[in-house]
Amino acid sequence: MKRYDLIVIGAGPSGLSAAIEAAKRGLSVVVFDENEKPGGQLFKQIHKFFGSKAHKAKIRGFNIGEMLLKEADAAGVKVVLNATVTGMYLDKEILVRQENAMVHYKGDSIIIATGAAENTITFDGWTLPGVMGAGAAQTMMNVMGIQPGKKILMLGSGNVGLVVSYQLMQAGCEVVAVVDAAPKVGGYGVHAAKVARCGVPFYLSHTVIRADGNEMVEKVVIAEVDAHFKPIEGTEKAFDVDTICIAVGLSPMSQLLKMSGCEMEDNPKKGGQVPIIDDFGETSIPGVFASGDVSGIEEASSAMIEGKMSGICAAEYLGYCTEAEKESALARLEEDLDNLRQGMFAPKNRGQAIELTDEGIELSKSLLTKGYMEDADMERFPGVTHTKGVHPVIECTQNIPCNPCQDACPQKCIMVGDDITALPIIDEERACIDCGMCVASCSGQAIFLVDEDAGEGQATVTFPYEFLPLPEKGDIGIALNRKGEALCEAKIVKVKTSKAFDHTALVTMAVPQEQAMSARFYRKENN
Amino acid sequence: MLNYARHILVSFFIEIKKVNKGETMNRITEHPILGKPEKGRLVTFFFDNKPVEGYEGEPIAAALKAEGLMVHRYTQKKHEPRGMFCAIGRCTDCVMVVDGEPNIRTCVTPLKEGMVVQTQDGIRPKVTDEGNKKQ
Amino acid sequence: MEKVITSQGIVDRSKDIGPFVPEADDDRLICRCEEITKGEIRKAVHEGMYTVTEVRRYLRAGMGLCQGQTCGRFVKGIIASELGVSPAELEPATSRSPMRPVEMAVLGHEV
Repeated sequence: MKRYDLIVIGAGPSGLSAAIEAAKRGLSVVVFDENEKPGGQLFKQIHKFFGSKAHKAKIRGFNIGEMLLKEADAAGVKVVLNATVTGMYLDKEILVRQENAMVHYKGDSIIIATGAAENTITFDGWTLPGVMGAGAAQTMMNVMGIQPGKKILMLGSGNVGLVVSYQLMQAGCEVVAVVDAAPKVGGYGVHAAKVARCGVPFYLSHTVIRADGNEMVEKVVIAEVDAHFKPIEGTEKAFDVDTICIAVGLSPMSQLLKMSGCEMEDNPKKGGQVPIIDDFGETSIPGVFASGDVSGIEEASSAMIEGKMSGICAAEYLGYCTEAEKESALARLEEDLDNLRQGMFAPKNRGQAIELTDEGIELSKSLLTKGYMEDADMERFPGVTHTKGVHPVIECTQNIPCNPCQDACPQKCIMVGDDITALPIIDEERACIDCGMCVASCSGQAIFLVDEDAGEGQATVTFPYEFLPLPEKGDIGIALNRKGEALCEAKIVKVKTSKAFDHTALVTMAVPQEQAMSARFYRKENN
Repeated sequence: MLNYARHILVSFFIEIKKVNKGETMNRITEHPILGKPEKGRLVTFFFDNKPVEGYEGEPIAAALKAEGLMVHRYTQKKHEPRGMFCAIGRCTDCVMVVDGEPNIRTCVTPLKEGMVVQTQDGIRPKVTDEGNKKQ
Repeated sequence: MEKVITSQGIVDRSKDIGPFVPEADDDRLICRCEEITKGEIRKAVHEGMYTVTEVRRYLRAGMGLCQGQTCGRFVKGIIASELGVSPAELEPATSRSPMRPVEMAVLGHEV
């Protein structure tokens, strides 16, 4: 029976991060993953991550995945794929199904980073082909390279629902609506805005009543719900769709931990059955750690930090590093983790009704209930200025830990500050050179470059564009407002692509002057 | 006799356009972020006795979805249609009979040249109208 | 309804949970793999199955190919609702090897 200093179960962002930290300190590490490819959910994430440089902000999920794999390789971590850990027993012995055999392994320490699985909800017709998890749609698009369907209804307005809705459009699918039983959009306002400006309607306080179809989904019926989430008669709306995506949260896959005898708790805030762990991931069994979503649903950025913590703790547990070393490494990581757990969407603020930003500015109610901001909302936010000439207009209006915009501007026009949840502020004394780096660097696609008077009664608006086909200089089309409604005619005056922009094209359109603060997206004439 | 032959021909063509297919599902040939996908070589395999093309190594379900397939199987008790639900090998709703073996999760099983894939009914291949029942 | 699960988590089978009352969504499919409806689960509780493990063995809800991956939460919620307790008070299904379905031939091939 093979024996390792550390066995990591799960080769997602958390597991790999843990393995790297341990291997760097000299442990013999093996990572088992039941999938064909490593990286967990990371390789499906094609959007740019939030946070700060320490959290790999501005980098697309799958690129972070590639970086992690290279690091793991360099550190000498052994990753075994197609290996399903079917059981964890006494003395940290595990049983792994590899091909057609059951193989025993022994670890001196074990880190379980098995992640989470998608939740679902039931409704009449939920078993029809065409009803799928939002993650399933992501897998189909970003891993299998096929469209999940032609016309999709997204149920769930959390970050997953919003991000996948956008990705569905990037894959050429039509999203007919985003539906959520809650009265407010669950995910980041900037994610919702990206989707809304493409014309996708949001139906908050609505739920799916049923899916109709013979052999597959052909139609979906939604209805408004009251304060008790009961459907209100007479409010039914039907959509012709072939796909219904369900994005209603994740549940930790913690069965192995339970099986091995770790103390567990049912914690709804963490997503369900989770192990009881200390601040750094150790369970009630010494030498057994849990990190990432399996210990509580959060996100990839926090999963990676938690993985590192567990890896370091495992190393110290086995005597590969001193307690002092461990303490100082953990202190730094704790600070990184803490920085992520701030702001409007922080775990500690879940369920709270927030009306103002930290700066005391009234949040946009429209953004929270319809997915887009009204023109009237804009002026009270610090990122919205009216300098002469081309200048950035930052429509980032909620406190989330994120600051790539600050580092992006070579002229230092944009300031977030030490508290990365602060709303970005524009220094109007500094001159904007229209390089576009801020537009491309904003993971929320919330920065625009506007020249309110470009001559001849026109204004120009530069916006981020991540779809195909790219508009071309000289194209005449229709400018859309934040709700995705047709506003006015728009002429494309510039299309800028650059390796530095990482697949975000910058499109500049000319619109009538009076639309400078309303025109935020574009579509071709005949769409 | 001629009428009978014509009947067979007509029902054969109707069979091809069977309700089983959704609207034509497309492969994403160029993605704004991911670019052009890297695929293995194009191979032929068989789906319910019909030759189909797919890329070696991709999940069987991907090749079938590219052809417009929505229904992977019918359930044991109520014979209800099921298709891909989780797409990562967890829910087992996409299972089909592959090379004679039932309960093969098509969303995580790589396609091989010449594979024989059949719609599963319960735990057996579905009996097709042509009467080709395979054990 | 009398308290069926005590504060120490003991299931008190002497408590009466009332009769089975049909509901409009009883034919909603809950366990996709074994094709078990909400009504069948609710009825099972009234037939004396007060725990997730018992319902699982009685109906096979959660014993199919996916091993309760999809229906687990719902089954627990339905049982809890029928017993008048919160899902958190119910003992979850036993986690037991093999964590994923394994063919007998493979299980027998230990290395």
